[in-house]
Amino acid sequence: MSLLEINNVSVKYGDLVALRDVSLSIKQGGIVSLVGSNGSGKTTLINTLSGLMECSAGSIVFNGRPIQDMPAHKRVDLGLVQIPENRRLFPYMTVLENLEMGSMTHRSRDKRQDNIKKVMHLFPILSKRSKQIANTLSGGEQRMLAIGRGLMSDPELLMLDEPSIGLAPIVVQEIFKAIALINELGTTVLLVEQDVNASLKISSHGYVLENGEITLSGPAHELLGSEKVREAYMGL
Amino acid sequence: MVLLQVLINGLFLGGVYALISLGLTLIFGVIRVINFAHGEILMISMYASFFCFSVLGLNPYLSLIIVIPGMFLVGVLVDQVIIRPIRNAPSYMQIFATVGLSVVLINLALVFFSGDYRSINLAFAKQVVHMGDIGISLSRLIVFISAIAVAWLVWLFLDRTDMGKQIRAIAQDRDAARLMGINPNKIYMITFGIGSAMVGLAGGLIMPLYYVFPSVGAYFVLTAFVVVVLGGLGNMVGALLGGLIIGVIDSLSGYYLDPALKEMVYFLVFLGVLLFKPSGLMGMIGAEEMGLK
Repeated sequence: MSLLEINNVSVKYGDLVALRDVSLSIKQGGIVSLVGSNGSGKTTLINTLSGLMECSAGSIVFNGRPIQDMPAHKRVDLGLVQIPENRRLFPYMTVLENLEMGSMTHRSRDKRQDNIKKVMHLFPILSKRSKQIANTLSGGEQRMLAIGRGLMSDPELLMLDEPSIGLAPIVVQEIFKAIALINELGTTVLLVEQDVNASLKISSHGYVLENGEITLSGPAHELLGSEKVREAYMGL
Repeated sequence: MVLLQVLINGLFLGGVYALISLGLTLIFGVIRVINFAHGEILMISMYASFFCFSVLGLNPYLSLIIVIPGMFLVGVLVDQVIIRPIRNAPSYMQIFATVGLSVVLINLALVFFSGDYRSINLAFAKQVVHMGDIGISLSRLIVFISAIAVAWLVWLFLDRTDMGKQIRAIAQDRDAARLMGINPNKIYMITFGIGSAMVGLAGGLIMPLYYVFPSVGAYFVLTAFVVVVLGGLGNMVGALLGGLIIGVIDSLSGYYLDPALKEMVYFLVFLGVLLFKPSGLMGMIGAEEMGLK
């Protein structure tokens, strides 16, 4: 059975259709990439899954439960966790407080201390910065903190929106390594990326979103080899 | 010596302003709604304290046990009934709603309680302790200490507890907080409740000192707005500091210039501060966007 099943989801901004008839399925365990250019609807889709936006048609089933009408905060308690684009940290809170904010749900509250240790182990730099105010961190550190905060919610499916955007190549590598490690430790990952090459390389499956529609899908290695993907997204 | 006495009177008066302003600034900082009915919530709490005294014979300091939780519930009710449907509406709509609520509450009070000025006669309220030439009113000292204690306790609550941290998170980035599994509606409701409970405490503590009448709120809340903006919108310490400053100015200008001029003087100081620090004494630039720090 799939962990997440999206069936014919459409989303509108007023009259503008942002997503049309999107269907997508994510099995337990792997990393699934959602790739596409700017404005193709990737963030809209991830926000619809999180409940920040409403879908006008279709259904979203998570762990066998329809969730399309569930408010955003309840979805987190089911283990459906988004790490938003641009980090969206709480800028005037410390690193530690930001991490704590990830564990305010019933699901994760009791595991707070354990999860803090795990995050600090994954990103040792955060333990050095634990008393620092979040908006004084470097871009890469902020991204690590955002991922760490997401992990604090004890996700079953972790959705990352453009985790590599705006970072130096060496930091990007570190982030992708961390994502692969998170997955190995048992968390299913939905990775939304503009860096098609890097994200498909660590993924098992991929979906290509164009103008609000899924135009291509399949095993990641097939997409990597496909003429269309190489031409459109890798400039090859 | 006269100067010292005037300063003490000013600080004690400032305690009253601070206590009323703390709730207002908390509500603004988190919910981003300017509650024009804040003064009427003060009025309700003063009447509650008054009737606890005149009907039940409860000492106003004792009836705080009823008034504070009661005003928490009033705040929750106002938030859920009036504010919740217009949570995402433009701010002018929220202003109309809270101004409307204030007019309704004043008129309801006129219908039920008449326009009479009422007060309670408490021997304790008139007790003054003399230290040399300086007289210290015990009931005003209680207000002053309470203002400082409340500002400190609320700060501790926001800084240390999970609930307090959730309140700060919602104020700093509402959508990010939702992605953490925090329910904004619940947090807003509780914040409005706490802000109203704080003004409930203020109402109970000043009832032995002031008259209550249906439009008493307007008398205090205009000053409270000055205090909140002077201290920096959404800033607890700023509200405390702002309250004390306005109180001292009020007292100094009332004694040395003319009581009729005191509002003019504190508004001049207010304008002067805003000229050099538009975000208020403790406020950060953009606080009206960011809310509570």
